[in-house]
Amino acid sequence: MKIDSINNGVVIDHIRAGKGMELYHFLNLDHMDCSIALIKNAPSQKMGKKDIIKIDTELDLDLDILGYIDPNVTINVIKDSVCVEKIHPQLPERLTNIIQCKNPRCITSVEQEIPHIFKLTDRKNGEYRCIYCESKAKN
Amino acid sequence: MRSLIDIIDLTVEEIDELIATANDIIANPDKYAEKCKRKKLATLFFEPSTRTRLSFESAMLELGGSVIGFSGANNSSAAKGESVSDTVRTVGCYADIIAMRHPKEGAPMIASMRSPVPIINAGDGGHNHPTQTLADLLTIHREKGRFDHLTVGLCGDLKFGRTVHSLIHALSRYEGVQFVMISPDELKVPEYIIQELEKEGIPYTETRSLEEAMPTLDILYMTRVQQERFFNEADYIRLKDSYILTPDKLETAKSSLSILHPLPRVNEISVAVDNDPRACYFKQVSNGKYIRMALILKLLEVE
Ligand SMILES: [Zn+2]
Repeated sequence: MKIDSINNGVVIDHIRAGKGMELYHFLNLDHMDCSIALIKNAPSQKMGKKDIIKIDTELDLDLDILGYIDPNVTINVIKDSVCVEKIHPQLPERLTNIIQCKNPRCITSVEQEIPHIFKLTDRKNGEYRCIYCESKAKN
Repeated sequence: MRSLIDIIDLTVEEIDELIATANDIIANPDKYAEKCKRKKLATLFFEPSTRTRLSFESAMLELGGSVIGFSGANNSSAAKGESVSDTVRTVGCYADIIAMRHPKEGAPMIASMRSPVPIINAGDGGHNHPTQTLADLLTIHREKGRFDHLTVGLCGDLKFGRTVHSLIHALSRYEGVQFVMISPDELKVPEYIIQELEKEGIPYTETRSLEEAMPTLDILYMTRVQQERFFNEADYIRLKDSYILTPDKLETAKSSLSILHPLPRVNEISVAVDNDPRACYFKQVSNGKYIRMALILKLLEVE
């Protein structure tokens, strides 16, 4: 399968196969009018299969969201058809309004306008806890 | 401006400081009688807890301040659909400091993020209740003169008892502390607390027998075993007497043992124990008032 390379933009590579569509939605890419390619199940030596997203415009990606959804991705920043930067996002320290607290005893369950904020409490296991009630986030 | 939401918000040094202030208040109450003159404490109790509210209000009154507030969900702003944030922003226009109790976990936390005045968490559901832990700590310190090198027995409902969890957290920070967890299998300390103790290398043992643990203990912290925590009545009836403290169970205890209980008790400590000099649970109540006085002074930055 052949997809044209991009001149100026971003390639999100090494997305775990099947996660590409989720990332596409979380990054709000459906609202953009530049050309975007979502490649599913591309062959990968390292991963067997992987997803790739190519975005043909310069943009600031929310690295926190990327790091949370799939911390193993590689972000290639392309300028004049050359990859000028490779970014490996990390699990973010804090997530605001990306996941919801599911604890029915939490204050966020009764007050709608409170932002759902989670704090990284265990980097090794990727564990996040609600800052209000300290319940673990369920993936 | 600072608030107190979780006991872990306080450093070991800050706890020492609060205890020193509380001890000074107990020794020289007159010196503190007007420290909070013209200051107001608001007690916002979105669920009733008479003893905690009275403790806060007595604390402020003994500092020469005054008290406003409400108690119970029905006559509160929440009944009209107001958010916690709006309530504290409004009350913060009248009061200098707020003590808040709320049935939902994290409510005092969101309040502290929005409030113009310091917030004290007076209990948020089954989550945190830091001033109870401060009362426990002051009692231990007054009885033992230290926090380090103590064998602390925790008895009863160790699964749901939040005061037990906070006390473990708070005492884990001192050297030479070991815990003896005494409970039925159904009500053992949650796994995540055990994991934290293991990670920190803090010694602990778990046992079903209060009698077996008794001779080793410096502190015995009793909690209530509630019937509704059991799946069937037969288990409850079989187990309940094992976790009731009576004078005969105390026969093998150290003469220096201190017995604590967050109160209210139902029957888990026999009334016959009350006159034993080792019983500290009513002292714990007055210590609760003194440590809240020290906390109010600290958060209001009153010298
Ligand atoms: Zn929560």
